[in-house]
Amino acid sequence: MIRLSLWILGALLLGGIVHLSTVLAMPEAATQDAYSRLARISPVNAVVQLNAPSAQDATMPFMDPAFAVAVCRYDLSSGALKLRAPVSQAYTSVTFYTRNSVAYYAINDRAAGRRAIELDLMTPEQHAQMPEEEDVTAADRLIIESPTQSGLIVLRALAPEPGLMAMARRALAGAQCRIVPAPAQ
Amino acid sequence: MRLFFGSFFTLMVAAAIGLGATWLTLTRGIAFGSLTIGAWTAWPKSGSVDIDPYARATIARTGELPIGAGDGVAFYAHTDDTGNAFDGRCTYVVSGVTPAARYWTLTLYDAQGRLVANTIDRHGFTSAEILREAEGRFVINIGPRARSGNWLPSGGIEQFVMVWRLYDTPIGVASLTTKEGPMPAVVRKSCS
Repeated sequence: MIRLSLWILGALLLGGIVHLSTVLAMPEAATQDAYSRLARISPVNAVVQLNAPSAQDATMPFMDPAFAVAVCRYDLSSGALKLRAPVSQAYTSVTFYTRNSVAYYAINDRAAGRRAIELDLMTPEQHAQMPEEEDVTAADRLIIESPTQSGLIVLRALAPEPGLMAMARRALAGAQCRIVPAPAQ
Repeated sequence: MRLFFGSFFTLMVAAAIGLGATWLTLTRGIAFGSLTIGAWTAWPKSGSVDIDPYARATIARTGELPIGAGDGVAFYAHTDDTGNAFDGRCTYVVSGVTPAARYWTLTLYDAQGRLVANTIDRHGFTSAEILREAEGRFVINIGPRARSGNWLPSGGIEQFVMVWRLYDTPIGVASLTTKEGPMPAVVRKSCS
C-alpha cells in the first residue's frame, strides 16, 4: 500500500513537471502563432496592410473589425529600423511584439503628440553601439529596444464608423518601416 | 518485474496528468492577474512583458495578438451577469456606462474568435456610432432577431463571446481595482 502511494506520488510530481515544461515550450513549438501566420503574407521589414476580418476569413482570431491594421514584420540583424506612421483623424496606435507575441511596447497618437508617430527600433546591442553625440541630438527621437531580433510592429487606425474605414486605411498606407544599415566600423 | 510495471504505470499517469493539465489550462484560457467587473474579465498584464507563462502559451496556440498595455485593455464576457453562459437563441441587453476611455468598441465573436456571420454585416459597435440616451447611457440589444436602436445580431450561433475594448484608458496594470468601473450590465431577456 505504501509502495503504491509512493508510485502515485511520483506520478503526480512527474506529471507536474510534464505540465510546466509543455506550457513553457508552447510558444517555441507553436506553428499557428501570430508571427507564423503573418510570415506567410508579409515580407520582412516592410509595411503590409491586412485584409479586414470577416466571418469567413481573418488573419488572426479576435481582431477588432473597427480597425484598419497594418503590420511590419521586422528583422534587426542587418541594422536598426526606422518606423514612420502618420496618425489618422480618430485614433492610431503602434504596438511592438516579440517573435513570440509578447507586447513589449505600445504607443498611441496622443502619447506621440505629433502628426506622425516616428520611432527607432533597435536591439540593446545596437543601442549601446550608437555614437554618444548622436544619442544627445536624438533627445527628441523615440528609441525603442527590441528584446528579440525579430518581431512584429502592428499599426492600428480606428474607423469610428464603417464609412471612415477608407480614411483609416489611407492613413496607414503612408506608414513605412525600413532598415538603416549599420555604419561601417 | 514489479519495478518495471511500477515505472511504466508512473510514466503513463505522469504523461496523462501533465498533458491533460496543459490541454485544460490552454483551452480554457487560464491566466493570472485578471480584473473582473460584473460579467467582464480582462487580463491587463497579457499586454505587457509581465505576461504569465499560461497566457503566453494560450496566445501562441490560438495565434491572436493581445492588445498592448499602452494601447488599451480588452474585457471578455462569456456569460451574463448571473453567470449563465451566452445562448445564441436568447436576446441580451447590454446597458449602462463604461469606464473612461477615448474610444471603445464592442465586438461579437464565436468561441474560436471568428466574427459572427449575419445579413447586415454588423459585428460590433464603436463608442462614436452608438445611439445614446440621456447622460451618455446606452442600451445595446444582442440577439438573433432585429431590434430597433442598437442591435447587434448574434446570428443564432450556439455560443458567443463579447469583447469590450477600451482604447487610451487609465485602466491597466497599475490600477487593478473595480473602482474605475462600472462596466455595462449584461442581462438576459427573452429566449426563442
